[in-house]
Amino acid sequence: MAEQTVSGPNEPQGNGGWEITRSTERHVRPPVDIYETPDALMLIADMPGVARENLEVRVDEDLLTIQGRAIHVVPGDPIYREFDLTGFFRQFEIGEQIDPEKINADLKYGVLSLRLPKQERSKQRHIEVKVS
Amino acid sequence: MPQANSFQQMDDLHREIDRAFEDFFPQWQPSFPMAFLPGRLARAYPLINLHEDKDHLYVEAMAPGVDPQSLNLTVVHNTLTISGDKRGAPDNIAPEAFHREERAAGKFVRTVTLPVEIDESKVVAEYKDGLLLITLPKSEKAKPKQIDVQVS
Repeated sequence: MAEQTVSGPNEPQGNGGWEITRSTERHVRPPVDIYETPDALMLIADMPGVARENLEVRVDEDLLTIQGRAIHVVPGDPIYREFDLTGFFRQFEIGEQIDPEKINADLKYGVLSLRLPKQERSKQRHIEVKVS
Repeated sequence: MPQANSFQQMDDLHREIDRAFEDFFPQWQPSFPMAFLPGRLARAYPLINLHEDKDHLYVEAMAPGVDPQSLNLTVVHNTLTISGDKRGAPDNIAPEAFHREERAAGKFVRTVTLPVEIDESKVVAEYKDGLLLITLPKSEKAKPKQIDVQVS
């Protein structure tokens, strides 16, 4: 799957390559595993801190968008921090061989698992080779 | 004072260079968010945030996709050890079927030295949405105590 070169959810890119949206929230691209089975494309994305109600998965034409808002509040005053999560955003160009109606999404332990079933006609068809 | 001034200039230069390299190298400073959540880290995993209030220490670890059965927390004196197994893609997939494989997977262990002594028997932990939040009550000795000053 080719990755869309559009960097942020909305318009302009800020200086330094940081993605800036109208809401001035910074987004991070989650790491993904994408693999193919005979029936479907599978996408797994690490999105820690995202609850089901803050997750959005959209398919517009051939563009797949995964977007999530991470919420993590730790009580007390910070002594030492190594990570800050705000939001996740990533887009992929998917070929028209995916049936958008049948996409299945599951969010568990902060990991999104997407199943994108291939449309019937583009499943591999086994061709018999007759040797005479 | 001229000495303070030169430190300030070095600081500014340091920051300028950091800014120039930001796009190419992951930032070590926690105050600069990365544009790409790293699938694999060259440093310790999981990343942690450490907070405190008067009575507790709080450790938040970013550990999505960990098999809860494999999650192990141990506390010895003032160290906390987090270990577990992060699930990757299923084993039965052929390597050539992958379009991308960016996520880290496998066993991890990290030991964090805590700044104060804690009461091991009262530690609680919660694993939600891939974030592990560990609440460690400070031991009585480690809590701040007011000392009365006698004025004579």
